[in-house]
Amino acid sequence: MSISAPKGLASSGQKPITEILHPLSAAEEPLSPGPDVTVSGGRDKEVGLTNGTPVETPSPASASVLFNRLHLDDDLDPDTRDPYADTETHDLFVTVDDPKKHVSTMETYITYRVSTKTSRIEFDLPEYSVRRRYQDFDWLRTKLEDSQPTHLIPPLPEKFVMKGVVDRFSEEFVETRMKALDKFLKRVADHPVLSFNPHLNAFLSAKDLNKRQGLALLTKVGESVKSVAGGYKLRVRPPEFCALGEYLDTFNQKLGTIDRIAQRILKEQSEYLTELREYGTVYASWAGSEEELQRPLEGVAGCVTTCCGALEDMSENMSQDFLPVLREYILYIESMKNVLRKRDQSQAEYEGRLEAAVLRKQEDRTPIPAEVEKCQDKMECFNADLKADWERWQSNKRQDFKQLLTGMADKNVTYYEKCQAAWESLITVLQDKQTEDKTSETN
Amino acid sequence: MADSVSSEEVAVISNTDITSTESENNIINTMVERGTALLRKLEINVAEAEKRTGKNTVNMQETYTVYLIEIRPAETEGGTPAAPDTLWRRYSEFELLRTYLLVTYPYIIIPPLPEKRAEFVWHKLSADNLDPDFVERRRVGLENFLLRVASHPVLSNDKIFFLFLTEEKGWRDAVLETGFQDKADSRLKSLSAMFRVKNPDKRFTALKQYSDELNSIISQLLRIRARVADRLYGVYKVHGNYGRVFSEWSAIEKEMGDGLQSAGHHMDTYAASIDDILEEEEHFADQLKEYLFYTDAVRSVCRKHELIQYELEMAAQDLVQKKQQKEELATGTVRIFSLKGMTSKLFGQESPEQKESRLAALEQSIQEGEETVKEKNTECQEFVRAAWDDIERFKEQKDKDLREALISYAIMQISMCKKGIQVWSNAKECFSKM
Repeated sequence: MSISAPKGLASSGQKPITEILHPLSAAEEPLSPGPDVTVSGGRDKEVGLTNGTPVETPSPASASVLFNRLHLDDDLDPDTRDPYADTETHDLFVTVDDPKKHVSTMETYITYRVSTKTSRIEFDLPEYSVRRRYQDFDWLRTKLEDSQPTHLIPPLPEKFVMKGVVDRFSEEFVETRMKALDKFLKRVADHPVLSFNPHLNAFLSAKDLNKRQGLALLTKVGESVKSVAGGYKLRVRPPEFCALGEYLDTFNQKLGTIDRIAQRILKEQSEYLTELREYGTVYASWAGSEEELQRPLEGVAGCVTTCCGALEDMSENMSQDFLPVLREYILYIESMKNVLRKRDQSQAEYEGRLEAAVLRKQEDRTPIPAEVEKCQDKMECFNADLKADWERWQSNKRQDFKQLLTGMADKNVTYYEKCQAAWESLITVLQDKQTEDKTSETN
Repeated sequence: MADSVSSEEVAVISNTDITSTESENNIINTMVERGTALLRKLEINVAEAEKRTGKNTVNMQETYTVYLIEIRPAETEGGTPAAPDTLWRRYSEFELLRTYLLVTYPYIIIPPLPEKRAEFVWHKLSADNLDPDFVERRRVGLENFLLRVASHPVLSNDKIFFLFLTEEKGWRDAVLETGFQDKADSRLKSLSAMFRVKNPDKRFTALKQYSDELNSIISQLLRIRARVADRLYGVYKVHGNYGRVFSEWSAIEKEMGDGLQSAGHHMDTYAASIDDILEEEEHFADQLKEYLFYTDAVRSVCRKHELIQYELEMAAQDLVQKKQQKEELATGTVRIFSLKGMTSKLFGQESPEQKESRLAALEQSIQEGEETVKEKNTECQEFVRAAWDDIERFKEQKDKDLREALISYAIMQISMCKKGIQVWSNAKECFSKM
């Protein structure tokens, strides 16, 4: 059995995924959710939410609205375009927002609104709006990992937070986490294979996500990968994957360093801010004992205060937007390394079985069992998926970091612009007084 | 530059591209334009500093710095500037000059010298007296001191000051010959003595209080400024690490590599820029320090006034006492306890001749006392008049100089912001090309 165009997976811009045959599905069912695989979406939506939050009835989004949106993307400058709107057909839009706190007798937790707009036929409705909590996202990720082990699954923000150290219900924490969850979901929705996963469908559309039911949706690939026997050792990793592995290690290291630098800068800035505040108050207090100099000194105190505010804004932005994205990528690298390891495993298994089979063939002319060929297919599928995801990941990484670093530079520029404006307005005040004095002198 | 009060300069000042050194020059220009006779004749510079070694008074080798004072006749029309007369002075000679001025003109707020040792240091600045940056700032401070004296309506006419600028060798003897040392000793003693004035002059009390407040506030300001400088240094320098890591990262990237590498260079530039920024800010600190030290001079004038006031009160009190004594002696009533009175009661009345002579002595004493009171009164009034003249002058100068200093500081801040915007805009462009 030959493996048809794995490249088709990566750049399936022309055909919807349902029409591209999965390499392993030539004789079997397509990977996409078929009619026998009942996605809970359509069925469960009669069941009400147990969480007690009202859900808006989704208004039907007309196809033309979606269409317009797509055209808009084409017109934009490539650099300013949403990094996730690439050349593929975009017909699934997801958003995570509107955090709300829930207090029950057993526990207190936060839910987020997950909104979906889609024209895909895999969904019964064009729009959905459900509420999900972190646990639900975690469930989704686990399911995706299990059912699509050859693919890179985007990371989630940290699950556990030290209760004493971080306030799980503080606005900042919730905001940061929500942004990360939004990013996670968008990355999944953006993925040509993952976005068709039935678990995602359930997650997005089910009113009540019945996790315990354990939808029996493990694909054939998933099952076979899960049943990879351990004990096979990889001998030689193909060079492209070696390079990949090395890159990941180095990149991980560099990101770690950048994280440390950013944290150190925040610390220094915070200490600078403390001193600067006191500095401003001394000018204000000096103004109190002066007559002619009162206004200039108050002016300086005011300027210093403005600069303090601007600095505070910038620091807040760094810790809320910059650092979390950085850390997310470190998690992403971990995910990627995991996939790489699994790929190594499948290669090891194949090579191991092949070796054994060859030996047996030499001994008693037993033909190579079909199993071995299946292993080979599995490995080649893995390689193909990984390469495709790797390309995507590299491209997204480039966009993400371009945005991230440009944003950081921009915030710094804004900070200095605010400060400059404050001092310039002070000078005009001070110098006006001077001109007054000079003209009165010459008169 | 000497012709400063014109509409053109006003336009220049409104231009915020004026550098802080130009702003400082405005202060010097103001001094020159005040137009003392001395400054109309001469141009004064402290041009250089040099290290010397020699034997000191206890015959030990020491290294010290000398400063070159240049005197030039003030610019004449269309003439080439003449070669300057020069002489070398060390810091201790400046100190001697100042002490002389303090003693000789107790009603004048004598301009201060730059600090002897570096104080309010933030960590990078050296506290070493021989450090070239410190020496340079001291040179500027000494020049400033000379210009302040030369632009003062009273001090600029002092002969010893003139000799300081012109006589390298003979000056020391000339100063000592004035005998100011004797006055210095007695003055120092009296200033450190504790005494209470019964009717303090409200204006002087207010001035002393203000001076103490100003001293405290400026000290505080200088301390915190040093800490702020320290922290800002840290912020900038840590960014230098970005330079290194971006460079390392760019090595493993294909398309992103160039952008990262160039951005890294900009981060290095950013980190390096703080050194010059903070060096410039030291000028501002020096301007504040001058006024910090000025508060000591103000306090000193207030104390001297207190002393004169006290002496006047003592003289007046003494006179009153004597007059009462005379009255008692004449009328025979003892209202005030006096030893003489007691002894005469104990040992019997004195003879009319004794009484007569005592009366005469008292009369004499009273006359002398009245003279003293009159003198002290005049002294006090003249002191108050002269001092208050100078105090008004000083207040105006202080307001103008400090306003100028704040403008200069604001200009520095703007310059720092512009640099920051430049660097980060450059980095942003590099990132957007990644």
